[in-house]
Amino acid sequence: MSAPRTRTIGDTLLTVDRISLSFGGVKALTDVSFDIAKGEVRAIIGPNGAGKSSMLNCINGFYHPQQGSITYKSVKRSQMRPHEAAAQGIARTFQNIALFKGMSTLDNIMTGRNLRMKTGILAQALHFGPARAEEIEHRLAVERIIEFLEIEHIRKTPVGRLPYGLQKRVELGRALAAEPELLLLDEPMAGMNIEEKQDMCRFILDVNDEFGTTICLIEHDMGVVMDISDRVVVLDYGKKIGDGVPDEIKRNQTVIDAYLGVSH
Amino acid sequence: MFYREAGQFKTSYGRDMAVFPIAQDRIAIGLIVAIAFLAVPFMATEYFLSSIMVPTLILALAAIGLNILVGYCGQVSLGSGAFMAIGAYAAYNFAIRVPELPLLVTILLGGVVSAMVGIAFGIPSLRIKGFYLAVATLAAQFFFDWLFLRVGWFTNYTPSGSVNAPQLNVFGWIVNTPTEKYLFVLGVVCVLAVLAKNLVRGHVGRQWMAIRDMDIAAEIIGIRPMYAKLTAFAVSSFFVGVAGSLWAFVHLGSWEPLAFNIDRSFQLLFAVIIGGLGSIAGCFMGAAFMWILPIFLDIALPPLGELVGWKMDKATVSHFGFMIFGALIVFFLIVEPHGLARLWSIMKEKLRLWPFPY
Repeated sequence: MSAPRTRTIGDTLLTVDRISLSFGGVKALTDVSFDIAKGEVRAIIGPNGAGKSSMLNCINGFYHPQQGSITYKSVKRSQMRPHEAAAQGIARTFQNIALFKGMSTLDNIMTGRNLRMKTGILAQALHFGPARAEEIEHRLAVERIIEFLEIEHIRKTPVGRLPYGLQKRVELGRALAAEPELLLLDEPMAGMNIEEKQDMCRFILDVNDEFGTTICLIEHDMGVVMDISDRVVVLDYGKKIGDGVPDEIKRNQTVIDAYLGVSH
Repeated sequence: MFYREAGQFKTSYGRDMAVFPIAQDRIAIGLIVAIAFLAVPFMATEYFLSSIMVPTLILALAAIGLNILVGYCGQVSLGSGAFMAIGAYAAYNFAIRVPELPLLVTILLGGVVSAMVGIAFGIPSLRIKGFYLAVATLAAQFFFDWLFLRVGWFTNYTPSGSVNAPQLNVFGWIVNTPTEKYLFVLGVVCVLAVLAKNLVRGHVGRQWMAIRDMDIAAEIIGIRPMYAKLTAFAVSSFFVGVAGSLWAFVHLGSWEPLAFNIDRSFQLLFAVIIGGLGSIAGCFMGAAFMWILPIFLDIALPPLGELVGWKMDKATVSHFGFMIFGALIVFFLIVEPHGLARLWSIMKEKLRLWPFPY
């Protein structure tokens, strides 16, 4: 074991209050409430179809819950478009990688900076003065992320050609480029082998430690979840059935029945 | 063997962002531009300049415009002929109603009007995609064909519907001979091509490509779809509109709405697809393919026919020309669906290793 991590978990960053979401007759989420504290690693677990991804989609404005509210940085919000959520510092990665396949790794991560780039279209056409300076300034920031994620060698490769594990890493890089306060990770380790999982865990913990980014992740690998998260929410059939530190969750009988099962 | 980047190190991100990072490419493109400006005007015949070079360059400019929309932003358009017409008629109306304006300003204003109409016709793209959007832009094509044919104001009530371009006076330089026309068009196209390249490698170009590749993910990282799509429509229509006014003023001299009908739209779309979606250099290759090959076939077929003892009349030549041209388009798309630009870059990749296998 490495040295204990020194970090501060602060006040509540985001509160989900009694959210219900349904598609036609199908109830995806029913009356779910939980909160995410500043600086923590919060995991959402549960069986397939429990509503975990729907939960993330509600948080970043992709779905609009019919009931309940979300309070982010002590502002209660009603409806919000995804790009507005991005502007407020929420970034995410997807379960099925959602990279821009025709663009290089570098360009993909550069798009993550788009909210911070301000020069007008005419200045960009001339590619001179402020537009060029801005491009170089953000290139520097992106290069730091590339170095952090150890993907220097694929900088100019179109991401469509990269293997799965690297694509996941590039996607994390694109989310990090926005310098988010809240990072939503939807199954960041799905389909990875053990080394790739270890790498990804290291990156997630480093992001959390070094940048103080709050992380909310969905993951099916219970070993990983119990190791890296501070608190865990358990969903089942759209309802919350458990919430607490990993040790509590491991002993929670409802959670064991619904999801974890018993070790034979 | 000669085409290597070995030993060429970049020490700043500014240099790494260059359009042509490899020195050999920079020399090659410099040579091509120098030949185009300095050698071609003196060596080429008038026919070659006015019937091949000028129209190819203008079509390449229009193809750049269309490529920004289709190749970079992923929004299909079948209405580019209409936007050429808008550029042409807008420039014409500025020229006859405000004669004090310099020619360059008139032509650019043609592009600006086209850009504004482009924004209006881009609004459906916020809700519809793919084939449905193509049909919506097709509506623009038919609407403007009709408008310029039926509403007399746009053609200054000329009875025949055909209008004449004003004298081409570029700040005192009267552009009259084929050589002058060629140089003028070449200058405008070079400048605009550089601007287009800067846009697509810059911030807004990345937004367009993000929308093209995955619009949902683009929105989630904070790209506003409305801004990205409408700027693509505006910039694209601007380029197409400028190309249209050049086509009318410099290439045709006098024209009627038929010059910008649906055939023109398809010609441009083919040029973009054959040249390569998402490539500025490909637009030049595609435009050359679409314009020069039919002319070449027209010239080359009769002697070929005589070789096998077949005297072709004019109609047969043109029918055969169409068939061979169509077959070649299909052949190229099967060999390289990503266009001539991709073939070119594959060749460059191979050239880097040549003559060694690894």
